[in-house]
Order: sequence, then C-alpha cells, then structure tokens
Amino acid sequence: MNLINNNILTIVIFLPLAGAILLLFFPRRHRDIRYFALAVSLITLLASLHLPWYLVRGQSGFQFEENIPWIAHPNIHYHLGIDGISMWLVILTTFLMPMCVLISWNSIGDRVKEFFILMLVLETAMIGVFVALDLFLFYFFWEATLIPMALIIGMYGHGRKIYASVKFFLYTMIASVFMLAAVIWLYAKTGTFDFVDIQGKIQSGQVAGFEHAAFWLFLGFFVAFAVKVPLFPLHTWLPDAHVEAPTAGSVLLAAVLLKMGTYGLLRFNLGLFPDQSRRNAPWIIALAIIGIIYGALVAMIQPNIKRLVAYTSVSHLGFVVLGIFSFTQIGMDGAVYQMLSHGISTGALFMLLGMIYDRRHTYDIGEYGGLATPMPVYATFFAFIMLSSVGLPLLNGFIGEFMVLSGAFQAKQLYGILAATGVIWSACYLLWMYQRVFYGNVTNPVNNSLRDLSARERVSLWPLAIAALVMGVAPMLWLHSIDPAVAATLRQFSSVVQAHAAHAPGYLSGADVARNGVQAVLQVIGR
Amino acid sequence: MIPAVDYIRVLPELVLSIFGIIVMMVDPVLPEQGSRKRLGIVAVVGTLAALAATAYQTGFYGEAFYHMVRVDTFSVFFHVVVLMIALVVILASYDYLDVQSIRASGEYYALILFGTVGMMLMSSAIELVLIFIALEISSISTYILAGMRRRAAESAEASLKYFLLGSFATAFFLYGVAMIYGATGTTNIYNIAKFLHIQQSTLAYLAVGLMFVGLGFKVASAPFHVWTPDVYEGSPAPVVALMSTGPKAAAFAVLLRVLFATGAPGWFWMVWVSAALSMTLGNIGALVQQNVKRLLAYSSIAHAGYLLVAFAAGQQVGISAAMFYAASYAAMNVGAFAVVSHFASAGEKYVTLDDYAGLGRRSPLLAGILTIFLLSLIGIPVTGGFFAKFYVFSAALQSGLVWLTIIGFINSAIAAYYYLRIIIVMYMRDERSEAPVARIPVGLGIGLAISLIMTIYLGVLPGRVLEYAIQGAQDLLK
Repeated sequence: MNLINNNILTIVIFLPLAGAILLLFFPRRHRDIRYFALAVSLITLLASLHLPWYLVRGQSGFQFEENIPWIAHPNIHYHLGIDGISMWLVILTTFLMPMCVLISWNSIGDRVKEFFILMLVLETAMIGVFVALDLFLFYFFWEATLIPMALIIGMYGHGRKIYASVKFFLYTMIASVFMLAAVIWLYAKTGTFDFVDIQGKIQSGQVAGFEHAAFWLFLGFFVAFAVKVPLFPLHTWLPDAHVEAPTAGSVLLAAVLLKMGTYGLLRFNLGLFPDQSRRNAPWIIALAIIGIIYGALVAMIQPNIKRLVAYTSVSHLGFVVLGIFSFTQIGMDGAVYQMLSHGISTGALFMLLGMIYDRRHTYDIGEYGGLATPMPVYATFFAFIMLSSVGLPLLNGFIGEFMVLSGAFQAKQLYGILAATGVIWSACYLLWMYQRVFYGNVTNPVNNSLRDLSARERVSLWPLAIAALVMGVAPMLWLHSIDPAVAATLRQFSSVVQAHAAHAPGYLSGADVARNGVQAVLQVIGR
Repeated sequence: MIPAVDYIRVLPELVLSIFGIIVMMVDPVLPEQGSRKRLGIVAVVGTLAALAATAYQTGFYGEAFYHMVRVDTFSVFFHVVVLMIALVVILASYDYLDVQSIRASGEYYALILFGTVGMMLMSSAIELVLIFIALEISSISTYILAGMRRRAAESAEASLKYFLLGSFATAFFLYGVAMIYGATGTTNIYNIAKFLHIQQSTLAYLAVGLMFVGLGFKVASAPFHVWTPDVYEGSPAPVVALMSTGPKAAAFAVLLRVLFATGAPGWFWMVWVSAALSMTLGNIGALVQQNVKRLLAYSSIAHAGYLLVAFAAGQQVGISAAMFYAASYAAMNVGAFAVVSHFASAGEKYVTLDDYAGLGRRSPLLAGILTIFLLSLIGIPVTGGFFAKFYVFSAALQSGLVWLTIIGFINSAIAAYYYLRIIIVMYMRDERSEAPVARIPVGLGIGLAISLIMTIYLGVLPGRVLEYAIQGAQDLLK
C-alpha cells in the first residue's frame, strides 16, 4: 500500500498520457479508439478514487507527496502533493473525463484518433495543474493545457472556430507570461521553485526586496488566473471559446479549465501573498460582483443557448472569487464547493446542449420551443440540471452559493446584498430559457420528429445527475476534507494579517470567528 | 617543431577537410548520368568521424600551434553543435537534391563540410587573424551554397546579395581587428585581455564597435539584418537550415570570445540596443509574412535578439545561457527547415502559408513534428526552446536588466502569434489538394528524429547540457 501511496499521484497524472501514446500506434478504426479512450479514462478515474479513500482527514499540509529532484540547475523538483481542495478538483477532472468520451462518441466523426489523443493529453495536463507543488512544474502543466484545448476548439469546433481558438490561446498565453515573470523573480530571490519553501521564506521575511515587489508579483499571478477564471473585464474570450468548441471541449473548459484559475488564486495568490491579497481584496471583490451581475444580465438576452450558458459561468465564477476573497472560513469553503458543483452542473448543461445540437445543429433558442413533448426524458434531465445550476435547495448549487453569500455577509454586508441579487438573476435567465425551449406547443415542425435520449446519452448523464443530488444532500462528504485545507490556508493567512492588524481595523474577522460561523452553517445545512 | 598533440587539437577540422576532399574526388569518377546521392553517405560518415574526433579531443585540452587554437569545453561545445547541425542538414539534403534536380551534389556536400570546418575553427581559434580566416571559409561556402538552385532567379539573387553584403561586413570585422592590433599590439585574444586589463585604450572602443558590426551581420541581428529575409527565401531550404544556425552559432562563439574573453570595453549599450531592436523588428516583421521561409527568417532575427539578451546579461550565467540557447535554437530551427524543405517539393513550389493548409490531415506525422518545433520556437514547456528562453531571461533578471527582460517577454508573446498561425493553418484550414506530400525519405526521417530528440531532450532534461555550458563559460573567462 505504501508503494501505491507514494506514487499514486504520478500514476493518476500519467495514465492518460500513457493511453494517448498507445493510441498513437492504433490503427484508424474509430470504434476501437473510442472504447480504448473510454477504458483509459475509467481506469484513471478508478486510480484517482484511491485519493479520497486514503486521505487522512484531520492532517493539515499536503499528502501523497512526491518530491524528486528533476533538474539541478535551476533547482527544479518534481514535487507533487494534494490537500482537500486540490484532491476534489482532481476527482472532478477524472470523473468528467469518461462522460466527455461518451458524449463525443458519435459527434466526432472525423480525425477521431487525434481527438482522443488530445483529450487524454489534456487530462494529464489538467490533473498536473492541480497537484503540482513546484511553481515551475505548475507553470509547465498550466501551459500544457493550452495547446490541446486550443487544438480541440480549432479542429473540431464549429462556426468561427479558428477565431475562438486563437483568442483563447493568446489571452491565456499572454496572461501567463506575467505569471512566469513573477515565478522567475521569486526564483532569483529565493533559489527555489518549491511552493512550500517559498511560502516559508516569504513568511519569515527572508526574501530581499519582497516588500517592494510584492504588489507586482501578486498582480503577475493574479492576471494569469483572472483571465482563466474569467474575471470581468477579462472574460471576452470565454463566450467565443465555449460556443465554437465541440461539446466535450466546452464541458472541460467550463468544468475544469476555469477552475484552474480559481484554484490558482486560492493556492498561490492567497498562499504566497496574503498581505497583498488583503490589500487588493476590495477591488477584486468589486470585479467579482460586477461579474456576477453583468454575466447574469448578459446571459439573459442571449438568443443562443450555448452562449447563454457560457455567460452563466462568468456569473457563477464571480461567486467563487467573492468567496475566496471574503477571507472567511465559510466563504472559502463555499467557494471550493461552488467550484465543484459548477463543474458538475455546467458540465452537464453543456453535455445536454451537445445532445440537442447533434440532432438539430443549431443553438438558436428561436429554433426550439415545446421540446418537452417530443423529448420528455431530455426535458426532465434538463430541468433537473438547470435547477441545480440555479441553486435550488437540496441540489448542489445551493450549498456553494449559500456558503459564499454567508461569507460575503460576514466580510461586509454590502457584498452579500449585491451578490445575492445574482441568485435571483440566475433563476430568471435559466427558467426563462427553459420556458422558451421546452414549454408550450412545438412551434417548429422539424422538432416534432426528434428522437429522445439514447441509452449511451442517458448513461453519460446519470452520474452527473446523481452527483448533483448527493452533493446537495450530503455536502459533509466533501466539506470534511475541504474544511481543514481551507482552514490551513486561512491560518497562515491570519497570522500574517494579524501582524498588520493595526493597519486594517475591522476589515477582517479572525479565523476563530469564521470557524464559529462555519459550524453554525453546517448545522443548518444538514448535519 | 610542432608537437603531435597539436594536431589532435585540430583533429575534427582535419578529418572533415579530408572527407570534403574525398567527396570532391569521388564526384567526377561517378557516372555522368544517374543519382549522385551516394555522396551524401560519405559526407555523413565524415561528420560522424569528426564527432568522434571531437569526443577524442576532450582528453587533450590546451592550446596549439603557437597559441592559435585553444581546445576547451567552450570550443568542444560549439564543435558538437555545429557538427550536429551539419549532420542533420546533410541527411535532410539526401533526397532533397534529387527532388530539386540539383546536379552538383559533389560541390554541395563538399561545401557543407568545408563550411563546417570554418565554423568549428571559429569557435576554437583564439587568434583574431585565424578567426577572420575561419569566418571567411564558412562565409564563402555559404555564399555559394545559397546559389545552388541555379535555375531559380531568387536563388542567384540570394547568393549575390549575401555575398556583397557579407563581404562588406567582414571588411568591418577586419577593420576592427586592425584597430585592436593598433591599440594593443597583439591579435591574440588572451594577450589582448592582458593588455586591456592593465591599460585602457580609446581605440579599443572603436575596434569593438567595428567587430560587432561584422559579427552582427553574420548573426543577423538588427540593425544589420536586412539581408536575411531575401537570402533565406531564395536559398535552398536545407542550406537555410544550415545558414540560420551553423554560422550563427559560430559567430556567436566568436562574439563571446571577443566581448568576454578580451574584457573589451564599451559593448554593453551596443548589445542592449541591438538585442531590443532584433527582438522587436524580427517579431513584428514575421507577423505579416505569407511565405514560410521568410517568416522563419524574421523569426531567426528575433531569436538572435533573445540570444543577445544573454550577452547583455554577461558573466557566467549569461554566457552559459547564450550557449544553451544556441544549441537548442539549432535543434529546433534545423528541424523546422528540414520539414519545410521536404514539403516544398520540386522547385520549392509550396512554401506559402496557403500551401500548408490541411497539412495536418494529409501528413499527420510531418505536421505533428513541425508543430513540436514551432511550439519549441514559441517557448512552450517540454521543449528546448522553453528552457533556452528561461535561462536567458533569468540570467538577464539576475543581472538586473529588468527592461530588457520586459521587452523580451512582450516579444515572446507577440511571437506566439505567428508560429501559431502556421499550426492553425495546418490543422484548422481546409486542405488544398494540389499540394502533394511525398513519403518521408529515410535520410530526412533520421535527420528529423535527431532534431526532435534533441529538442525534447533539452526540454525535459536540460541539466547535463547546461552544466557543460557553465563549464564552457568558466573556461572562456579563465
């Protein structure tokens, strides 16, 4: 068991890549390729389930660590490790992957081999982002997600796919150059890329010139992550990328790639620059709240369903950023929970949209109407997932939003009040869309003859629907391991913040207050 | 009396010259009709033998021929780089010559070998006069090679342009040598260093400036870069692979010796401005190109700029970063041009971006390989190009060159766009049926494999090569 524990992260990361390399040598028989890709993604999922099974809950710090020197000069280590936050993001990735393979079963008919190779390479890179603890290794995986995703959009997308692909690539690439600059600066001053070491050195004040550079370093990381989240006003790549991408691409983009941004904010911006995070929180929160409201309002008027769902991501991810920068235990717990549940709900929504697109080849709301009559099963799934995205109690979306809003209220009432309107907006635009697409009479005669969901499509939706329900009813299954990890982030944070408490009267309640708050809320949500 | 060990210290050059002569002697013996590509095998054996000689040389570090030549880790590093370039170029030319119906295979391979001798001597010579001769050997070979596609007007244009401007530039270099001789009374690099250490001289400033102009032309750094796009466009593609890496690496080696080993004064702002200009002009120029060879020409100007950033950083970190950059740039650029040369097909017809449309579908392997080289040129992790840029910029930051680093970062971002354009065209545009892709011939396949392995190796395990470069930098400064 020890042998597995010591290498499990490497195994989980590189299983998909190994699958991709094997796939290179496959003959171009599409059926075999699909089954093989499905098998690889399922094996990866199984391997990743080892993580929550053997994670030691109470223990703070990183677990399943692997730390091997990789390059002597510069001092780069192959350092992996997870805590309660990154573990669930890894599981989210591996959990969605088999579904993405299933959803692409028939919709990708051309260059099938390349498609699944790209998907598996992408999976390796995404998992790598969440488990890397060496800043260099992190950057390495971060960039590595970019190319397969850009190719997936550009090669298999529709409409203005090249435009969307290039926009996606350049936005992320240019933004991450700033992060690289900050990483190199940190290396030049500390002589290491190791996240834990650098964190320690910054806290104990051993980094020369840190005071002057801190703001710029913070900004360097922040820009890279904010583009990915995407935070208003850096979100303009997102609707294009989502709309033009193939279904599996949209699912992974929304469910996992956006989370890389919020994960980065939580892990690196808060972890390395707590003081700067506190100073800059007001304007970041303002951007997050603008994003929540703006995203919702723009979503409401979209005539294109996929674009509508894309804008809901802007709005929902605003909640996550708000939760992170509320610096309260409950807010940050909620932010992490919202990341997971947004991955499930929005991933499922994009899958559902892909299914209707396979049938009608349009996302135009005006083309539909009364779909509930020919496609009752589809309509039911859609309603269920949509409600989970709206934040109906007992479904996953509610928990995250509720906790984030509680955190926001603790931080400052105004934040909570403004952000809470987002919940109302999201009900408006999603329900209104649902009404236009599914209710009433079938307005377009073509829609009368639509097939309902096939067995394969149902199989790919059930796990997500169940996950949405379980996450809504028993959040403690997740919060058990998220909570200590968030507390650890917050603890190192509050020690620095308390040192500066004189400058910041009354802005931040201490971690103790937050813990009381979380307990109260956990009692409310079903413990 | 010259001791025998002195001959070992020029052994790779000797070996390669002998093979060059063999190629020339076998050429007329071969029948008039029929393929002459077998000559390529002789040339390949020659470079392999020279590589072995270089390996043998590592046991005999030291100076030879009355302080004319110096064998140390620095010179061995560049020997290996230059020889690998020559090897891949010869392999890539193996079928190319028949496809383009270039009949003069004998001259072609012999000139490549002789040119390589010149480049190797450039990196090991420590006597400015010998450096000048080596520079001429390598330059004259490339002038002729550029005109090898005799039936194409643009090839003749390239050759003539390169020759006229190149001679002009070498004259500058020679002026510089004369000046420094006037200033210090010696042309030996290390004697110059001793002299300049004791006594400053205003004439030395002028000398360094003139030599920088001459070498700046050879490495195609701005503002001495204007010849590059035309020459690269007209020359045969494998020759461009050679020109854009081999003489460049050798000229950078000379520049390293001239600037750092002599402790010459007054170069900093010159290098700084040239670096910033090269990066910016190269990248902006590349943005609007439709011809892939021209695009890569502008990209090579930009890469010269990145390399000069390492020069500006100076000291041991800068020198080792520059050496590493030269090696990894060689690996990826030779590879990229090898793909271009294969895809160009007879008469180099298919060299515009439009011709690359749909290449990803017609030839997934070739397109995949080119994509990796292009990603390396962008500087994406897992490729040599990433670490090369990484070392250069971290060296620059360590030396406090914040602005140059920022300019470099912005440029890397701009550069991503035009390399990406090629990838996009290959994979995402609809194909044009009239541009056919032949099967990859064996020679090219081996050549591509070598560049690919080197590109990935430098991107995954750069440690050994970098350590060697650091060692080389120490030897250079000693």
